[in-house]
Amino acid sequence: MNRISKSDKRIWEIRWHGRGGQGAVTSAQILAEAAYYDGYQGVTSAPYFGAERRGAPVTATTRFSPETIRVYSEVETPDVVVVLDESLLKDDDVTSGLNQGGWLIVNSTRRPAEIGLRGGFCIATANATGIAQGLGLVVAGVYVVNTPILGAFLRATGLLSLESVCQAIKGKFSAADADRNFRAVELAFESTLLK
Amino acid sequence: MKKTADNTQIITGNYATALAAKLSRVQVVAAYPITPQSPATEALSQFVEKGELDAEYVRVESEHSALAVCIAASTVGARTFTATSANGLAYMCEQLHWAAGARLPIVLACVNRAMSAPWTVLNDQQDSISQRDTGWIQIYARNSQEILDSIIQAYKIAEKVYVPVMVCYDGYILSHTVMPVEVPNQEQVDRFLPPYKPHTVLDPSAPQNLNLVTLANPRRDARGVMCHGYMELRYLLQEALENTLETVVEVDREFGDVFGRSYGGTHWGYRLEDATLILMAMGSVATEATVAVDQLRQRGHRAGLLALRVYRPFPKQDVISATKEAELIVVFDKNISYGYEGATCSDLKAALYGNSIQVPVHNYIVGLGGRDVKARELADAAEGSLRWVEEGRPQKEVEWLNCHI
Repeated sequence: MNRISKSDKRIWEIRWHGRGGQGAVTSAQILAEAAYYDGYQGVTSAPYFGAERRGAPVTATTRFSPETIRVYSEVETPDVVVVLDESLLKDDDVTSGLNQGGWLIVNSTRRPAEIGLRGGFCIATANATGIAQGLGLVVAGVYVVNTPILGAFLRATGLLSLESVCQAIKGKFSAADADRNFRAVELAFESTLLK
Repeated sequence: MKKTADNTQIITGNYATALAAKLSRVQVVAAYPITPQSPATEALSQFVEKGELDAEYVRVESEHSALAVCIAASTVGARTFTATSANGLAYMCEQLHWAAGARLPIVLACVNRAMSAPWTVLNDQQDSISQRDTGWIQIYARNSQEILDSIIQAYKIAEKVYVPVMVCYDGYILSHTVMPVEVPNQEQVDRFLPPYKPHTVLDPSAPQNLNLVTLANPRRDARGVMCHGYMELRYLLQEALENTLETVVEVDREFGDVFGRSYGGTHWGYRLEDATLILMAMGSVATEATVAVDQLRQRGHRAGLLALRVYRPFPKQDVISATKEAELIVVFDKNISYGYEGATCSDLKAALYGNSIQVPVHNYIVGLGGRDVKARELADAAEGSLRWVEEGRPQKEVEWLNCHI
């Protein structure tokens, strides 16, 4: 298991892939906020807008850095790619530019080796859908996979703290929902498989 | 490394706009939804609904009506706010002229979006640039902190000079991107921004006619008082805009005294001190251009950035002083004056004419309709221009960056 080196790095870039309604944009924002609580002065999160509608592929990005972020252009070479719906892996664009030694994090019941993608990157899988199911996290008929996957992100990359993610989640949900979402993060953190 | 509690929130540019209007204690908000502006006025309608903002939120059937409501409300003495984008701003056009002509200190947030056809919701600055000659002050923000702070500043500027202000920021790139924004408290804002004092208040108990049909020459009104003709009124608007440059600087300085943040008044620079290769830009692309400047410095060039913050009135003298040592100026425009060139490039060249600055000015059209603009592309373009000049080639024509034709 490789961990992304924290030293001599000025900016971390994460790209999120999901489908409209899965909450990729919200997760990307929660992660930015968590990074700020962890002391990163520069954090941004941007949705990429195409013709957005439920079910259509959606991407969003998170950047964080010890310094103020002055880059607003699209992320070209992400350190981490998070995939909320593994059917999106068929599209080559999903791993496009993923850095050597970076992480591909997939919501999947499969083991990382079974994902069947090769590259200079590591793979982590977590059954975010199963965790959401178990906790009854459903919004408008769709399982809430975007918060559990944050646990997989924390486990794989080791970049941010659980406490900060919890704090960021608190700001986005009611107290009861925040607890369930945070429980989902913890469950995913514990059950993430790494390769 | 853990952050302690402070007033910083991780929010979108649109939410920063809504907070700024609320902190400015606006009394009337009228707006019509349009992407990418809508989340800003949605947030404001929630503030009003929850009782957090004591304002009248007027739901209207069009942008033209939105600004008409602001004009009427401002005329009876209310502090007013509206926000829009692209087609919505274009639909306001007639009322934009009216608001400026009537000297009403309305503040409008323009969330920059490209104009149709073809249909698009993505960013460029064609919408606000197209309204350049309506008599409004235009401020372009580089990040979401500046959006929030500029809207608060805008009320102070507008209410000092009685000219409406458009605070412009790039759609999606700033409107929908979250970043840390320090949100001032109400007491601080109240200290900075006194209540609105209208120049004239229309009151049913003292009826009067405002902005009547005005003939070409000055003439006496019904009471025998000598009144300006149309041309005198226009001269006074122009004079007010020219004087606004000083007011912008003054207000920005006062803002710095209260909040500890200021923005350079009319313009800002990055690594300009010894720069001979000067990049010029406006809005979020100026922020990206600071990274291009770093890259050019690493490549051994004495590069710097001159960013316009205030586009109208045009800060002519500031631009002249900032470019005195320039050997080449490369202007990036997120707009095009069809049939000529980028608008800020034309204005820059006009400012330099006759001021003994003889310097090549190259113009690149960038990022139209949401086309991504990367720092290294800006740096490469500037380097390309540098080579062009070093090779002694004639004046370069306008180039469209990253356009696949």
